[in-house]
Amino acid sequence: MTEIPSTATQAGWMGCEYCGHLSPLGPATTCPRCGGTVERRKPASLSRTWALLLAAVILYIPANVLPIMRTSSLFGSSDDTILSGVVYFWHSGSPGLATLIFSVSILVPVFKMGILAVLALTVRFGWPLDRRQCVMLFHIIEFVGRWSMLDVFVVALMVGLVRFKSLAEIEAGPGAIAFGAVVALTMLATHSFDPRLIWDTPRRAHG
Amino acid sequence: MSRHLLTCPHCDALHRRPALRRGEKASCRRCGTVLLRQHRLTPEQVLALVVTALLVYVIANSFPIVNLQVQGLTNSTTLFGAVFALWDEGRQLMAVLVFATTQLFPLLDLAGMLALLLAVTRSGPRPSWFSPLLRFIQSLRPWGMTEVFMLGVVVSLVKLSGMAHILPGVALWAFAALTVLMAVILSFHPRQLWDEPRHD
Ligand SMILES: [Zn+2]
Ligand SMILES: [Zn+2]
Repeated sequence: MTEIPSTATQAGWMGCEYCGHLSPLGPATTCPRCGGTVERRKPASLSRTWALLLAAVILYIPANVLPIMRTSSLFGSSDDTILSGVVYFWHSGSPGLATLIFSVSILVPVFKMGILAVLALTVRFGWPLDRRQCVMLFHIIEFVGRWSMLDVFVVALMVGLVRFKSLAEIEAGPGAIAFGAVVALTMLATHSFDPRLIWDTPRRAHG
Repeated sequence: MSRHLLTCPHCDALHRRPALRRGEKASCRRCGTVLLRQHRLTPEQVLALVVTALLVYVIANSFPIVNLQVQGLTNSTTLFGAVFALWDEGRQLMAVLVFATTQLFPLLDLAGMLALLLAVTRSGPRPSWFSPLLRFIQSLRPWGMTEVFMLGVVVSLVKLSGMAHILPGVALWAFAALTVLMAVILSFHPRQLWDEPRHD
């Protein structure tokens, strides 16, 4: 068996992100096999990740503070935020659902933005974190991100269903779209991040 | 030489391309990322599931999801009805987001998979649209959210059960079936189609 070099870069190749075809290392080019763009690393990965992440963090505030829906009935109207929805389920005898919504709507976005920031900082400052675990964290945030859209869909369904003219109506609040934007932006930020950068960065020893 | 090599998209490690049988996958020795996967179902079997899923999709989107009864009044909504209600009350951006992630993208994914699987199961050279379509489907994948929407339906029903009488609609069962079908179809990674051998 012949020994092969350990990385594509060392061997003078760059792989196509769509079909895996290897092209000789060089500036961005078109993949001869599938027509996609082949680059050694994702372009401007860190600055794009930071820009999208920052936008998500800023929108995360209105997403939680502003109401995601307003219920109007004969007895007046009430506003629901993400957190008040969790509290409602907790007190109405569905602690399981309360925990689920708290996890996907509050824990997951915070966890996701935090992990992405740590990964980006690891690349920037060469933090000596276990690289294999960094990739595992990246896989986790890639997988869980989409589930945060849950509350957006719940609001959409409530708006569509509760339409009893004067009796009871539900409207979507500005918090819902801010929340949807946070989910979309964090998904885009994750997609912009190139985990290969973690392996490229020489690591600084502690101390 | 390069045809026999494979590089990891998450750590750049270079591997010798393994020959996989159905149901097998190959992971990166350096970071653990799954590099290649041969689904245990054949492309023909996945094709049959995609056709079924498209039929179920039509049912799920044509009928009301639930009927709601409050003090003698009844209301029901289809998924598109909910999207339209959002648009109607001035939440266009949210209407577009919900429409795209729950209706448009899953439909494009299914229709695209139908065309791609037909192309790989047929004999002869790949059609000219094959590569662009496959790249498009690969990019689209993360944005279809049928299973998240299904969970949203369940949460909404629990929320509404306290204040109204609920009658499940045809589309509720259709969405449940679609979620299961999509889970199997989406476990078939489109990337596998690049390496699918040609039938001659
Ligand atoms: Zn390619
Ligand atoms: Zn790897």
